[in-house]
Amino acid sequence: MEGILPQLLVGIFISAAASLLGVFAILKRMSLVGDALSHVALPGIALALFLKINPFLGALAFLFFSAFGIWILEYRTKLSVDTIVGVFFTASLAVGALFIPEFEILEALFGNIAKLTSTDILVSVALSLALILVLLSVHKKLALHMVSQDMASSIGINSKQLEFIFLMLFSLGVALGIKFIGALLMGALIIIPAAAAKNISKSLHGFMVLSVAFGILSAISGVYLASIYNLPPGPIFILSGTAIFILSFIGRGIFKR
Amino acid sequence: MSISKEPILKVKDLAVKFNEEKILDGLNFEINEGEVLAVIGPNGAGKTTLFKALLGMRPYDGEINWRKDLRIGYVPQRMEIETDIPLTVLEFLRLRGSENFSKEKAKEAVKSVLLKEEILDSGLGEVSVGQRQRILIAWALLGKPQVLLFDEPTADIDISGQESIYQLLHHLQDKYNLTIILISHDLNVVYKYAEKVLCLNRRLICFGLPQDVLNSEQIEKLYGGGHAFYHHLGGHQH
Repeated sequence: MEGILPQLLVGIFISAAASLLGVFAILKRMSLVGDALSHVALPGIALALFLKINPFLGALAFLFFSAFGIWILEYRTKLSVDTIVGVFFTASLAVGALFIPEFEILEALFGNIAKLTSTDILVSVALSLALILVLLSVHKKLALHMVSQDMASSIGINSKQLEFIFLMLFSLGVALGIKFIGALLMGALIIIPAAAAKNISKSLHGFMVLSVAFGILSAISGVYLASIYNLPPGPIFILSGTAIFILSFIGRGIFKR
Repeated sequence: MSISKEPILKVKDLAVKFNEEKILDGLNFEINEGEVLAVIGPNGAGKTTLFKALLGMRPYDGEINWRKDLRIGYVPQRMEIETDIPLTVLEFLRLRGSENFSKEKAKEAVKSVLLKEEILDSGLGEVSVGQRQRILIAWALLGKPQVLLFDEPTADIDISGQESIYQLLHHLQDKYNLTIILISHDLNVVYKYAEKVLCLNRRLICFGLPQDVLNSEQIEKLYGGGHAFYHHLGGHQH
């Protein structure tokens, strides 16, 4: 029980950042890209384990690199980004599965928040906070860009730059979530709270606030229930998030319209 | 004083390419302050591309010279959004990031396009297509434009709705001394509201006063038989 406070702290900050990212991922309709992108973390983790460096750094480096790749592809080729992402990122899941040592694979796929060092806590909280602040500072431009790229560029918003910032923030969010929830479920950490919030919100403000609230609620219940029943928190997080999503879906009929 | 006699926009030898294919080529025209210029032409003639080039949203060859420090508003043809998008009209107007934005300014803006202020609390996805178009105009007006580029939607709005949009634009033109460039698919609109007309089919087919240039021969050239007009075009320049 003595470990639950740091876990709660890390869980809350990471899922607050992730669920805020989710709002914009949903506005941009890129939930699938996000999900696949999270798999890229695996070869990064494998390489980091091999080189005996912090897996977070390995995951982050691979994510940044791939996000940069997506960004280039989006502007340079006529190929569908969805297709490329679907193929190569699932392949990286396979690479990760082959090269990550067997006793580490479960942790990489589903996360492990039980053994947190104080550096882990500090880095996770600080980076989550930074992510939230940067995202809030560009959120108007980002929302406009996602609603109508034409109108955004007509008032001089640099779409390329904005997408780059968003993809980098997205990568950072995914890398942060790996420890908490693992590469396999990270996409869900980003999307589920936002998807639930979208069901019952009419305004962007409400969408953002509710998404973060649902993210935090799922994190708290995930960590808490996991510690009571001695289960991994990642899957519990996803299940609480899904429960909220179902409730919001029912609530949609009541709140909206 | 003499400055205002200078055209507000001068376009010289404008060409736009997409993958080596010329979408626009050899365009020359001018527009003066306070005028309404209608751009007409068949589908795929490059009308929206011309707008994007004028707005600096896509690369081009040739010259586009706006008068200095001009504020330009843009109303796009359509906006693909989900009907359940969590974004209110007020928030959408706020996203423009105009200086000193306030709810009062937003109320003024929607009133100036003849909508009720209650619409500010509606979701952007749930208002009618006609209302959304007015909201897009209000959005552009928040930037206090001197020039408005208006891309007419093709089929979304019924005739009476379309008619009232033009009355509205006419009213705004008088009120704010706007220069308006509009893309239109309706020749009646052009006769009624435009001072100048530019017929476009990748090249400039005609440019001038509607009553002068919109004779049946020009219309035939513009909309009829695919290759005929290139053949006739030799040396047609302004």
